[in-house]
Amino acid sequence: MGAVIEVSGLTKFYGGFQAVKDVSFSCEPGRVTGFLGPNGAGKTTTMRIMVGLTPASSGEATIGGMKYADIPNPGRHVGVLLDASAQHAGRTGREVLSLGARTMGLPLSRVDEMLALVSLDGKEAKRRVRNYSLGMRQRLGIAHALLGDPQVLILDEPANGLDPAGIRWMRGLLKSYAERGGTVLLSSHLLNEVELIADEMILIGRGEIVARGDKKSLLAAAAQGAVTTFVTALDNAALASALEGKGLTVASAGEGLRVEAEAVEVGRTALEAGQVLIDLRAAEGGLEDLFLELTSDTQREHL
Amino acid sequence: MSATTPVLDVSGTSPIPFSRLVRVELRKTFDTRAGRWLAIAIAAMVVLVDAIVLIVTVVNDQPVSFDDFTGAAAFLTSILLPVLGIMLVSSEWSQRTAMVTFALEPRRPRVILAKATVGVVLALVTVVIALAVGMICNLLYGAMHGNADWSMSWGSVLAFAATQIFSMLGGFALATLLLNTPASIVVFFAYKWVLPIVFAIGGNVMTWFQSFGQWLDFQAAQRELFDPPLTGAQWAHLVVSGVVWLLVPLVLGIWRVLRAEVK
Repeated sequence: MGAVIEVSGLTKFYGGFQAVKDVSFSCEPGRVTGFLGPNGAGKTTTMRIMVGLTPASSGEATIGGMKYADIPNPGRHVGVLLDASAQHAGRTGREVLSLGARTMGLPLSRVDEMLALVSLDGKEAKRRVRNYSLGMRQRLGIAHALLGDPQVLILDEPANGLDPAGIRWMRGLLKSYAERGGTVLLSSHLLNEVELIADEMILIGRGEIVARGDKKSLLAAAAQGAVTTFVTALDNAALASALEGKGLTVASAGEGLRVEAEAVEVGRTALEAGQVLIDLRAAEGGLEDLFLELTSDTQREHL
Repeated sequence: MSATTPVLDVSGTSPIPFSRLVRVELRKTFDTRAGRWLAIAIAAMVVLVDAIVLIVTVVNDQPVSFDDFTGAAAFLTSILLPVLGIMLVSSEWSQRTAMVTFALEPRRPRVILAKATVGVVLALVTVVIALAVGMICNLLYGAMHGNADWSMSWGSVLAFAATQIFSMLGGFALATLLLNTPASIVVFFAYKWVLPIVFAIGGNVMTWFQSFGQWLDFQAAQRELFDPPLTGAQWAHLVVSGVVWLLVPLVLGIWRVLRAEVK
């Protein structure tokens, strides 16, 4: 099966400012695609163009081969959450969902199902959105996006405001949604959120895509051949000398050592030297470094 | 992607019927406190104003007709209905729900048309309520005073309905143009109350302005509807001033909403 979401050559100018620069990507069914970038990188603008809320300067975005506006009753096919706070503060959570269900022509029982799915209880559903925390608004927004049982989800910063338990819940929800064949595109400015949920990542900075791929390939690209391993032994000094004896670069790091070699190489050296290992793992800080490096000229804080 | 296996099968989905959009928009008018209370306030004030007319006329032993009761109600609702019309549009922008509305129905003209339909329906419901309240008050007047005057022509009922719809759509048009509740209300009242005064003063000071002003004073032109039959010139005044104050803002406003970036 081919890509469900197809974005090609998308460009958006605001006056002289180019918010999105020739962005092209695609999202496949059964996968969660993470759209990652710092604030103001163009993630939201791209997503807004995808659902027709913002006109593109050039390029196009299609979902299932159609422009969003050409999809009949689009809520039944594409679940959209662009801003959880964009709800009438004076409506109750239940009323917000009920309006959505009525517009899409769904039975109102669907509202109760979705409230249960996002764990908003009866009391909370009767409260006005004005009195909702950001986390509750996100849950309501996710419920709204899922109302029409869509095959595609487009979520902008869905984890924003969720507590750690909420983020874990959402991860499970989106993973199982993708496993059932759904297509998910979600954005975030937080690497940790995305790397846990997404099968594939698209890194964007200053309106441009700077890198893409799954976590492994992104890490490999970041390492550029130089692999780093963290290791802790009962006797770090003895292990360090054994490693250095093999010509490897060793530095102390926290309670253990930082070695510029594959984990298997370090393990073998420890075996040969008869050292007991407590901890051995490949360094994964690379992804964060990569993220900051790739988007560095778009960061407000200089590294 | 091959043509035989569409990645998104929409063949079984029909577009949202227009009647459903109208029902949802009607519901949106009343499902917030602001909307519900505005509607209740309109009904309550119609009752209040007609009750005052009833009490004053009975106490002072003055003649009053069915026409007078509906006239009093019409004056009042023509002030309040436009606010309802304004809120139909502007609350979507101030509360940012337009993002959700236009994501569920990206064909924006249909949403705008549904909202305008709700506006017209509400204006007509208001006319019916005003007539009903007027009828009850006139019955009470007859009971208390002896002889009720039921003189009321179909012409003035139609004029009543037409001016209420114009009033509602005037607010609606301004709201699509300004997309902001307070600004729309202020501009609407300026256009409804301040302009006629300007025309009156201008007409008194300069005679040429009087004949010129007739073509622009939409409120004065609408008043002629209550005094049929209208002359050709009066119809022309109504059409020209209506184009200037209703059609042009409506067209520009709808054009704006269709093109606007929904934030």
